[in-house]
Amino acid sequence: MAPRIGVVLFPGTNCEYDAIQAVERLGATADLVWHGATTADGFDALILPGGFAHGDYLRPGAIARFSPVMDVVASFAAAGGPVIGICNGFQVLTEAGLLPGALQKNRGLRFVCTTTVLRVEEDDTALTAGVTVGTELAIPINHFEGNYTCDTETLAELRDEGRIVLRYVDNPNGSIDDIAGVCSAGRNVVGLMPHPERASDPLLGSEDGAVLLRALLRTADVATPAA
Amino acid sequence: MPDSRHYSVQVEVLLRDGIADPQGATIERALPALGLDGVTRVRAGKSFRFDLDATSESDALARATVVADRLLANPVIEESQVTVLPAGTSA
Repeated sequence: MAPRIGVVLFPGTNCEYDAIQAVERLGATADLVWHGATTADGFDALILPGGFAHGDYLRPGAIARFSPVMDVVASFAAAGGPVIGICNGFQVLTEAGLLPGALQKNRGLRFVCTTTVLRVEEDDTALTAGVTVGTELAIPINHFEGNYTCDTETLAELRDEGRIVLRYVDNPNGSIDDIAGVCSAGRNVVGLMPHPERASDPLLGSEDGAVLLRALLRTADVATPAA
Repeated sequence: MPDSRHYSVQVEVLLRDGIADPQGATIERALPALGLDGVTRVRAGKSFRFDLDATSESDALARATVVADRLLANPVIEESQVTVLPAGTSA
């Protein structure tokens, strides 16, 4: 059966239908999960899409972390369910403590909206399962706070454990170690600043994002967490 | 809360040392245009004020520190300074 993807909708999220359309085009079914939801029963994977959850007030993701759905996301992740945070969703996952580090303002205080080339660094995470390491993908970014940072111990841990999932080939925002995406210790929670859903159709100029989303759907098919 | 009273609190949040502060740097670079030379180490941050109920000044400080550490600042990139303001200060 086609995997069923839950796309979490906070007030201020604005990429939810892009995400739904992208995964449905690849054969999944997808539904919105409201931020007040207290269950994610029946979903094989969750996506936290981009936007400005709760207006990005205080810091991106800082208020979204307190939405009831985040308890659901945390238990889903703890049960091994694939959880992907894209852009603002990545910021929410770091604020919620489901991923390490933080996204600070871009180098040079610049909002960046451009296509970047990413290098796949790991082939066994929820978003890159089966994708050859070294594959380069052209995927757009669109953010002000995408400059990944963490303390030196965390960075060493991420390197040692192979948890840097994607790197920028040409660092656009000042991220430490060119990091574009990281994963949890269990490798089922992945956050990335680039938008794979915006590179998932020839009409959009690149289908490279579909490589990652297909990997997610493969993972979702296998890893069905306990309801 | 028995025997509690209002305390006014100020929380200042700044980026940690070593975390780039492009906003502060940009402000610093703008100052010479005003003829103001010699201004250095400009740091941009946020300031929050609120009232809370507490049983003593140290209780107020402890409770406000929880607010600062768990919400107002992201400890990965920011540090916070909590001050309990003198009685009668409006938040």
